Amino acid sequence: MSEAALRKPADRPPLRVRLALRDIDGVTLLVLPAALFVLVLFIYPFTYGFVLSFKPKAGDWLANYRKFFSDPFLYDTVGATFRLAIPATLINVFVSIPIALRVRRLERRRVLTTLLVVPITLGTVLIAEGLLIYLGPQGWFNRVLSLVGIGHVRLVHNYTGVMLSLILSGFPFAFLLTLSHLTGIDPSLEHAAATLGAKARARFWHIIMPLLAQGLAINLCLSFVQTFSVFPSAVLLGAPAGATRVISIAAYQAAYEQYDASMASAIAMIMGFCQLAVVAVILASRGVWYRGATGGGKG
Amino acid sequence: MAIAGRDFRELRLDDMSRNFGTVNALKGVTLTVRRGEFIALLGPSGCGKSTALNCLAGLLTLSGGSIWLDTTRIDRLKPEERGFGMVFQNYALFPHMSVRKNIAFGLSMQGRPKAEIERKVDEALAIVRLGEQGHKLPGQLSGGQQQRVAIARAIVIEPPLVLMDEPLSNLDAMLRLEMRAEIRRIHDVIGSATIYVTHDQEEALSLADRIVVMQSGEVLQVGTPEDLYVRPARFEVAEFMGYRNQLHVAAARAGNRVAIKAGGIKLEGTAVEPFVDGDAIAAIRPDDVAVAADGPVEVKTDASQYHGDYFYSSGHTADGVELFFRSDRRLDKGEPVRLAADPSRVLVYSGSRP
Amino acid sequence: MKADRSISERLWAIAIWALIVFFIVNFLAMIATVVLNSFGTRWFNTWLPAGFTTRWYYSAWDEFQLHDVLVVTFEVVGAVVLVSGILGVPAAYALARRNFPGKRAIVLLFLLPMLIPPITFGIPLATVLYQARFGGNISGVILANLVPTVPFVVLVMVPFIEQIDPRIEAAARVFGAGTWRLFVHVLLPLLAPGILAALLLVLVRTIAMFELSFFTAGPGSQTLVVALYYAVYAAGVRAGQSIDAMAVIYMLTTLVWLLIALRFVDPTQIVTRVKKEAT
Repeated sequence: MSEAALRKPADRPPLRVRLALRDIDGVTLLVLPAALFVLVLFIYPFTYGFVLSFKPKAGDWLANYRKFFSDPFLYDTVGATFRLAIPATLINVFVSIPIALRVRRLERRRVLTTLLVVPITLGTVLIAEGLLIYLGPQGWFNRVLSLVGIGHVRLVHNYTGVMLSLILSGFPFAFLLTLSHLTGIDPSLEHAAATLGAKARARFWHIIMPLLAQGLAINLCLSFVQTFSVFPSAVLLGAPAGATRVISIAAYQAAYEQYDASMASAIAMIMGFCQLAVVAVILASRGVWYRGATGGGKG
Repeated sequence: MAIAGRDFRELRLDDMSRNFGTVNALKGVTLTVRRGEFIALLGPSGCGKSTALNCLAGLLTLSGGSIWLDTTRIDRLKPEERGFGMVFQNYALFPHMSVRKNIAFGLSMQGRPKAEIERKVDEALAIVRLGEQGHKLPGQLSGGQQQRVAIARAIVIEPPLVLMDEPLSNLDAMLRLEMRAEIRRIHDVIGSATIYVTHDQEEALSLADRIVVMQSGEVLQVGTPEDLYVRPARFEVAEFMGYRNQLHVAAARAGNRVAIKAGGIKLEGTAVEPFVDGDAIAAIRPDDVAVAADGPVEVKTDASQYHGDYFYSSGHTADGVELFFRSDRRLDKGEPVRLAADPSRVLVYSGSRP
Repeated sequence: MKADRSISERLWAIAIWALIVFFIVNFLAMIATVVLNSFGTRWFNTWLPAGFTTRWYYSAWDEFQLHDVLVVTFEVVGAVVLVSGILGVPAAYALARRNFPGKRAIVLLFLLPMLIPPITFGIPLATVLYQARFGGNISGVILANLVPTVPFVVLVMVPFIEQIDPRIEAAARVFGAGTWRLFVHVLLPLLAPGILAALLLVLVRTIAMFELSFFTAGPGSQTLVVALYYAVYAAGVRAGQSIDAMAVIYMLTTLVWLLIALRFVDPTQIVTRVKKEAT
């Protein structure tokens, strides 16, 4: 700064300095390209789709939504998707808890976590393709079932196949998330509880679960959102015209088979709304448990 | 619960050992603790004192030996079956429970009626002097307050034994002194036996009825604070208790004293039994080495630090042996002084075992 | 606590391990089935294929135009990795080093594409891209795939940069380094491992990203996973051997990069899409 500026302390400092005091300078501007990108390619299309859903090909501004909720072929998809997503989410998240509890003290944990990352990496398309053969009438799974006397079970092109694929691709994710939350709980808390007379079950319900509740809520939200968007496995491995006609299929058909972008956007909005509603319910109910740090004090 | 109340006569550790793979963390610790005693486990990091405490609590299983409470063998019991109270180094307060709920936890695990629990929690809060903080969460308390809650939680179940794992190490110096007095006061009030792990010899000296000095998984000496301060049985213990001058000397008995020689040093000292003439280590507190005009040892001063009432100085002999001593005035660097030490305060440890 | 276990505890432990083993065994068996089938001459009604051959790979190569598909896939993945790095890393630096007004809104902006699943925003996105004439060709696929990856890079890099002591940069400036030299000689070397890890993760995720590529691809711009989907879809009742050959090629492509990525990152980071701080 020049001496002239120093001699006049009553004047306001220059704009650059004022901005720098609020942490705005050249470095801050580095965030702009990425932010603009997300604005243009995410926020804009989303709002565009929202607006578009109220501009149907024919009828008034609510025509798309009315059509959706009056045509069973369309509104049944919501139920079908929930019938798949809710059990799959509950299984994936809650089964991961006892398994994570058992695995967390293992020394060779990394082998297990690496193995579990593979299904996530391979993705839903490959898993659907693989299960088509493996669970099919000639596949090994049914062969083993016949061997032990249970006989052939119809596992493909139906609800069961899609459910199994949702578990195969969704469980590793839920498990890894649970594991990371679990290992974040200070082990000395359980030691303290034990010295105070708490047996294993009491330690689980009084110490671990309340501290895990926060992470569980997030896990449920993320897992649900993932399973609710089921698409390729519902088509390839399920019965896309019947029991597993999920809402993403309806959206896809509206967009690419009927070329009705407005209707497709409307269905996408309904889909987003359902996901948001469930997430809101989950997050609202976690106030029942504890939210905060998982440490045990200074140390 | 298997063990109730404070009515036991003694806790016996019988050749307690614990290994971690190839590392022997505890090598056969034997000790008897009487009811109401305050025992300090003292030693440097890695000496096994925390391992010993965790074995006592049941958080670690023994690789060898046994633990007895009077005539009951307890080392096979899980921690929740032993009924000891424990205060952890990081306090381990349950962050999702209020202070009252934390303290009440042990009692509710025992299934006591609600009115009784409330009454006992009030009593415990009064003992640790935290009456007003009952409804706060641990995260809202200061370090000292959290520590008191941890203590209250451990004592409210009226355990026969309270285990404390370096509870003061996370507090600042002033708070540490204050809490030290509190811990002893609480111990006297409730009358349980206490086993207290620390690496701070000052803490152990001021708190304990008896001190167990440990190093590398072994017990070096067990004794009252005075025993250890005045008559450390081994030079490792002396080193730990502040006998900073450790001279390698040649020693020979002369009457009821020992004559020691090292380079230019010729002194008389007291033998620590068992003693054999020959190579030895002489241990002297700096406080016991004073400037004396006719002293037998001559040194050139290296440094002189102000310590209020006196100066803590160091110097070396003509042969390069370093000595720490007291002086009344600041000595200049290079200034020659003569030093003397009372033979009864020069402890001579035999270098070779008989 | 390692005290002796009772019978019921042992049973519980066995049950849990049985579940884990069951899951892994079935998964690996599924993979093995695909691989075996791709090498099998005929496989019908028997435990193993009748004989082994590699001709399905050649036929798949031709039938599905795998050369072109692989080229497209790597062009898309390469562009996505490059652009998300160029956009994401500076943005992460700004977020890590500056606490400006509106920062929370921007962080939320970057969180949204990670929280909302690809299908929900994919269809409106595809609509917009088609209108802007990007749809149906490779630029549209690239743009669509960038939407979740740019935020991903930002969210992964921010905690990494926060760990680097800002005083190192201050020291460099005190010793006379201008912004460019600061960037090249100090920041880039320190950031390199984090950037590498983040970009490898982006690579792996983009190869497997189905929905966004599916909605924006045209006939000449399908990535491998999209081509695989169409092949299985067209086959209908039972996937043929050549389709499995293609599946094996897809698996190899993904897993090779996964293994490379795992040398630099912990497996858990592949799934942690959201910041771990409690909201």
